[in-house]
Amino acid sequence: MLREGDYRIPSGCAISGFINKDGSRIDGSSIIQSIALMQERSNGLGGGFAAYGIYPEYKDYYALHLLFEDKISRNQVEELIKDNFYIEAEDRIPTRHVRAISKAPLLWRYFVTPRVSKIHESQETEENFMTQLVMRINAQVNGAYVVSSGKNMGAFKGVGYPEDIGEFFRLDEYQAYSWIAHGRFPTNTPGWWGGAHPFTLLDWSVVHNGEVSSYGANRRFLEMYDYKITLQTDTEVIAYAVDLLVRRHKLPLELAARVLAAPFWQEIDRLPARERDLYTRLRVVYGSLLLNGPFSIIVGFSGGIMALNDRLKLRPLVAASKGNTLYVASEEAAIREICPEVEEVWYPRGGEPVIGRLEEEAQCRLSA
Amino acid sequence: MPTLSLMPPEFSVLRDENKCIKCLACARQCGFDAQKYDAEDDRLYTIDANCVNCQRCVSICPVGALTIYKNPPPMRPNAYWSEGHLRNIIKQAETGGVLLTGMGNDQPFPSYFDRLLLNASQVTNPSIDPLREPMELRTYLGSRTEPVTLQEGQDEKTRTPLVPLETPIMFSAMSYGSISHEAFESLARAAKEFGTMFNTGEGGLPEDLYQYADHAVVQVASGRFGVHTGYLNAGRIIEIKIGQGAKPGIGGHLPGEKINAAVSATRMIPEGTDALSPAPHHDIYSIEDLKQLVFTLKEATRYQKPVSVKVSAVHNVAAIASGIARAGADIITVDGFRGGTGAAPTMIRDHVGIPIELAIAAVDQRLREEGIRNQVSLVAAGGFRSSADVVKAIALGADAVYIGTAALIALGCHLCQKCYTGKCSWGIATQDPYKTRRLNPEIGAERLYNLLRGWSHEIKEMLGGMGINSIESLRGNRLHLRGVGLNEVELKLLGVKHAGEAI
Repeated sequence: MLREGDYRIPSGCAISGFINKDGSRIDGSSIIQSIALMQERSNGLGGGFAAYGIYPEYKDYYALHLLFEDKISRNQVEELIKDNFYIEAEDRIPTRHVRAISKAPLLWRYFVTPRVSKIHESQETEENFMTQLVMRINAQVNGAYVVSSGKNMGAFKGVGYPEDIGEFFRLDEYQAYSWIAHGRFPTNTPGWWGGAHPFTLLDWSVVHNGEVSSYGANRRFLEMYDYKITLQTDTEVIAYAVDLLVRRHKLPLELAARVLAAPFWQEIDRLPARERDLYTRLRVVYGSLLLNGPFSIIVGFSGGIMALNDRLKLRPLVAASKGNTLYVASEEAAIREICPEVEEVWYPRGGEPVIGRLEEEAQCRLSA
Repeated sequence: MPTLSLMPPEFSVLRDENKCIKCLACARQCGFDAQKYDAEDDRLYTIDANCVNCQRCVSICPVGALTIYKNPPPMRPNAYWSEGHLRNIIKQAETGGVLLTGMGNDQPFPSYFDRLLLNASQVTNPSIDPLREPMELRTYLGSRTEPVTLQEGQDEKTRTPLVPLETPIMFSAMSYGSISHEAFESLARAAKEFGTMFNTGEGGLPEDLYQYADHAVVQVASGRFGVHTGYLNAGRIIEIKIGQGAKPGIGGHLPGEKINAAVSATRMIPEGTDALSPAPHHDIYSIEDLKQLVFTLKEATRYQKPVSVKVSAVHNVAAIASGIARAGADIITVDGFRGGTGAAPTMIRDHVGIPIELAIAAVDQRLREEGIRNQVSLVAAGGFRSSADVVKAIALGADAVYIGTAALIALGCHLCQKCYTGKCSWGIATQDPYKTRRLNPEIGAERLYNLLRGWSHEIKEMLGGMGINSIESLRGNRLHLRGVGLNEVELKLLGVKHAGEAI
């Protein structure tokens, strides 16, 4: 049977996430509790988490989370890493034995900083250098896969129910200011840990519920910008699209959301002239990045999260807030499970992004 | 020419004398002198040898007394020497001329559209009902400036406006002169009413139709007929015509008989003279010359009009298209070997060029590999017979398509392929006022509008089935296509998987 990545697997899913805008960090037990409540929405064939602010002691280093199917791939990747980076620290990602989780691959993490000479050699920015290396490992080293590659963040994912995956990765021992989680219901039997969500690139992480019918168009557009699409999944494409729009083309996240879930022409036509011009340009130039078909996603990034629905709202997405915390999830119950006393609950409209960012003070404190 | 032709008539006209009421409509309306009335004997008769099977008489006969039959081949069955070959040889033996024909390639080459199937959503992804949800077909043509910046005004000056189409279907280039004013006006009116474009072809734009110029692609071809600053600035898009799918590599010839006073005024040539378009543009002998013309036209219109370059689909079309993009064009139009024409040498029409499906796939792929796909729009032309063909072309990578033959059929054309004779009984490919008045531009425009409306509805249904509610998500989305009965090379060139292969 083909491995995931060689063909496409549509999935149904549960997603959940929250951010403490004041920067206060909490452990992973509540996000596990939230995603576990929606067990109905997943089938034990994939679960994962991304957490931000978990490595304050290494916050200036890229935290490479890697999975290896064997030692050969690990040796190959380590060689690549040694060639291109200074390694500040490396270790096995701590796990604990969980009955429901079997056949885990080798899981390692490296805290690295790219060698300046190598960046110069590549004639690229540091971030582009990083993304190219990550995509090179994913595309070229058989059996190795970069789970995450951002700073002061990490993704943890595997085959199993999300609550078991969380237990396995000892997420109760990490402190993060924002968490996002995913439980998967693939219409197939993927046995590969790399196929679970979230998908990441640099600081971006994406969890996703849905199937993007524009995948072929999105993918072929991104390939023009040197993104190596290795996994045949919608979610990978979403992560790269956000990276292209926000990091490389410098669009504000709010507008990037309006590319992924573009307003209808009939709405654009009604806008005042200046806005109409801007939104028209966005659709005309980035039309191939419109995500068509049903989806709800949570995008995690340094200092924030964004939740977004497709423009017809064909998948569930609920937002809620209490105090300094913004919650988003597939179901309201998943939020009330961990925050029974929510102050506000709302159902974001299709295509309307819900964005939570760290307050400035917290941002400064965390990056200082 | 010998008095006795060796060529037996291709068609026989049968008149049911019991039904015929001798209204003489057939005799009056036949453009080819096949229907005759003998007043002395009060008898209607036919000259079968003249009949081209244009179906005009059959269609207008009020009592349905007429039927046209195809005569059996004038020889014993032969799989190698077809009837067509024999007829052509006999014709040339009698005349010594180059075989001429009209409309598109009618030979049984494979049609890739007929070997491609579309996808639909089931369970994991809901299909979208266009009756309940918005379904967007609007398409913009032109060069995209990226990245999009929030600074206003900065790129305003350099940005050539994009041109919106409310449906990704435009009317192909058909010149005034090759078609009648009535047909031309029908296309212009329908384009305006539907919010799409018509193409003037190489014969200029008649003065009285400048009111539709906002929906005109104004063509600049090698003959430069009717090209002046006013014309360029009136149109919405300027198109440099390098080649035409029906006759790649050769020019055009509009016989003097079709150059009446009005055509003469529009084309800016003397009345009754032949309008000869050279095979190449005599100021374009290389890609850098093309660039000069592109920018000459842009300068003449102050960068307010996107410039399209139209080429025939030929073997090296992908590299040519890439060159065109780099020469500054905003739109590349590729015309496939099924594309129609008012007149072409039969051998050229039937044996030169490649299928549009393969050309779209090759051009789109090449432009993407070079990272310049967003710099240009890709318009495909040449033999689109239905909305399904349009959807498949867009999934292969086209932004929009041109329809010519289909539009003429909507106006009454029955594909008799005799456009080059100027005798068209339907009032389309003729300048004879007795015939052109058979086509009422108001009714013609309505029929064309209906065609666009019907096709657009069907496209929406197909998109919705795929779980897509905007045409841009289909563009180049070859995952929604599957090939049937195609070999590996064909699948690779089209960039599609075979039916039965999963996503």
